Amino acid sequence: MMMIGVWILVAMVRLKPDPTTEVWLQPDATTEWRTPIVRGVRLQPDHSDVDRGKQTYMRVGCYQCHGREAQGASTGPRLGPNPLPLAAFTRAVRTPRNDMPPYGAKILSDGELADVYAFAASRARPHQIPK
Amino acid sequence: MDRRSFLKDAAGALAGGAAFGSAAQSEPPQQRQEAETESLTTDRCGADCMVDVVKAVGLEYICANPGSSFRALHESIVNYGGNARPELITCCHEESSVAMAHGFAKIEGRPIGVMAHGTVGLQHAAMAVYNAYCDRVPVYIIVGNTLDATERRPGVEWTHSVQDAASLVRDFSKWDDTPISLEHFAESAVRAYKLAVTPPMGPVLLVADSELQERPLAADFKLRVPKVTPSAAPQGEMAAVTEVAKLLVAAENPVIVADRVARTPAGLASLVELAETLQAGVIDQGGRMNFPSRHPLNQSGQGRAAIGAADVILGLELTDFWGTVNTFRDQLHRSSRSILKPGAKTIAISTRDLAIKANYQDFQRFPDLDLSIAGDAEATLPSLVEAVKRLATADRRRVFAERGKKLAEASQNAHDRARSDAGYAWEASPVTTARLSLELWEAIRHDDWSLASYLNPVSGWPMRLWTFDKHHQFIGGSGGSGIGYTAPASVGAALANKKHGRLTVTIQPDGDLMYAPGILWTAAHHHIPLLLVMHNNRAYHQELMHLQRMANRHNRGVERAHVGTTITDPNIDYAKVAQGLGVYAEGPIENPTDLAPALKRAIAVVKKGEPALVDVVTQPR
Repeated sequence: MMMIGVWILVAMVRLKPDPTTEVWLQPDATTEWRTPIVRGVRLQPDHSDVDRGKQTYMRVGCYQCHGREAQGASTGPRLGPNPLPLAAFTRAVRTPRNDMPPYGAKILSDGELADVYAFAASRARPHQIPK
Repeated sequence: MDRRSFLKDAAGALAGGAAFGSAAQSEPPQQRQEAETESLTTDRCGADCMVDVVKAVGLEYICANPGSSFRALHESIVNYGGNARPELITCCHEESSVAMAHGFAKIEGRPIGVMAHGTVGLQHAAMAVYNAYCDRVPVYIIVGNTLDATERRPGVEWTHSVQDAASLVRDFSKWDDTPISLEHFAESAVRAYKLAVTPPMGPVLLVADSELQERPLAADFKLRVPKVTPSAAPQGEMAAVTEVAKLLVAAENPVIVADRVARTPAGLASLVELAETLQAGVIDQGGRMNFPSRHPLNQSGQGRAAIGAADVILGLELTDFWGTVNTFRDQLHRSSRSILKPGAKTIAISTRDLAIKANYQDFQRFPDLDLSIAGDAEATLPSLVEAVKRLATADRRRVFAERGKKLAEASQNAHDRARSDAGYAWEASPVTTARLSLELWEAIRHDDWSLASYLNPVSGWPMRLWTFDKHHQFIGGSGGSGIGYTAPASVGAALANKKHGRLTVTIQPDGDLMYAPGILWTAAHHHIPLLLVMHNNRAYHQELMHLQRMANRHNRGVERAHVGTTITDPNIDYAKVAQGLGVYAEGPIENPTDLAPALKRAIAVVKKGEPALVDVVTQPR
């Protein structure tokens, strides 16, 4: 069962390299975001996923509540660069428990959602504001 | 001579053509003689007495767009009254007049006046009156009208007359009257002032009939003006206050929630004293400048979690107690649930029950309360503080001190987190509201500043990042969420701050400004120093999000949610708009690195006593 979940995760994020390898999530001490690690190698979504994700993110209006760089606002939390695990991210988008507008599959496919996830995960770390 | 005979004489003169060329030659001798003896001028009029009354109640300014139904009062203010206390402020819209008075009162704690037509002017003003009513703010409105139908000039004076002018706003004003004599006007004017400033405060309205205004008076006519004696604010009943103190002292984790508490600096000081005595967390909902933003006991950043963990919740002048202790989910099927932990006690001290009306539903859902006190929170706080001090034993004080340490740590963590969060998308264009807020803070922090805008449109960043510790530094929001409030209320607040030498700033939403941008001209014309920093997200963004909610709920996607909700194509050049209205302006700024120098230049203009605007193209929230 766990392996099925991993398969889905890998397929949706379109991670490279080989998605058949075992993947698990580890906290990242520097960025806090949970990055998939495969045999000690951090996996990053490729640029095309991020670019498509940005287009989708803008088209379906995520930015209206979460900001154009997914930085968050009073209307929606920050989404990147350390997003929720994908399964939780997907649940929050499809069947939000709060006031967020639900994004059904008719208006945001699983592939598009994965692209948005990749876009959120690729956001820059924060600028350090001097005290 | 009364006005009727005065007018009949004048009409006779005109009908006879006494003053108009050859027609006079055919006039019968008797009529010509009457016209020659007719008095067409007077040295005193009823409006002069009205000005005496207005001066007696102490209205410093009167904001008005000119109107014939109060022409005599207008003339008396500027000539008989010397255009000083009150000074006439020229507004381009009655909604602006009332909102200016609203903003002024929130700084000064007392009303200024508004004049308007009893018909079309009050119709324009109505939304702003509703805002002031919901916000419990005193505004003193005088409207002109001509009740006697036989005295009305044909045409427009009829369309500008009404049987009961005040009925338009009676549902959302505190009191009104239509005096039928000058003595009646004087008494009602003083009564109106007294009621307006007695908590719960609110807008009041007097109808100044044109016959009363224009009535000629003998030079030695004296009008008795009653003594102006504002009432002390109603204080909570002492036995009930003691009961509240017992609950607070015994509580392990009390939370104080404040909304429209601090009417004056004394209210802020009292709330700090109560919180420090108890070492209790305070959640400031922002209806007023209630509690210092960086105070270690400020737990506003932990709002719902703090309430959920509390065993006693003290709500002070809450607009919405129910909404404070419940969540509400706006989905296809609406639902709600309590966030209170079992057994938690809820206490309200508020004037809400002292002034409630039926029609407009600003009173919110009915809350379950364990103890409710009808009284002004600011006036009640000193008694509550004393009662808490009497009841707090040494053991309890040790518990309080331990609690305070944890709260201080949580408060510091929240502030650190806010500064970290503000750094995300720092270089983004459009500019983030966090960066806008921090750049503005850096530009003003060493001045005696006052922020006149509400915080929701910019995600509350100023309250998370700035150090608010003085009452005049924040004035809360509109009350009724009627858009078009921020710009004129900011100008009103700036007018009040002017004599104190304060630097007034506002983060100005674009949609709000477009309701009545003429207020910028008013600021320029009257040399009112105010820095407006545009939060130009090019949308009525709250409504855009509602459209998104509907579109997604109906499985149609958000691609058309911008239709009717955005302010683009063409983009509005607010700098040009402001410049055209006589205001120094820069922008649009899209590169965040351009913001700090632009703010510096604009603040230099404001410090010279003039308004300035910096247009910043921003992220949605």
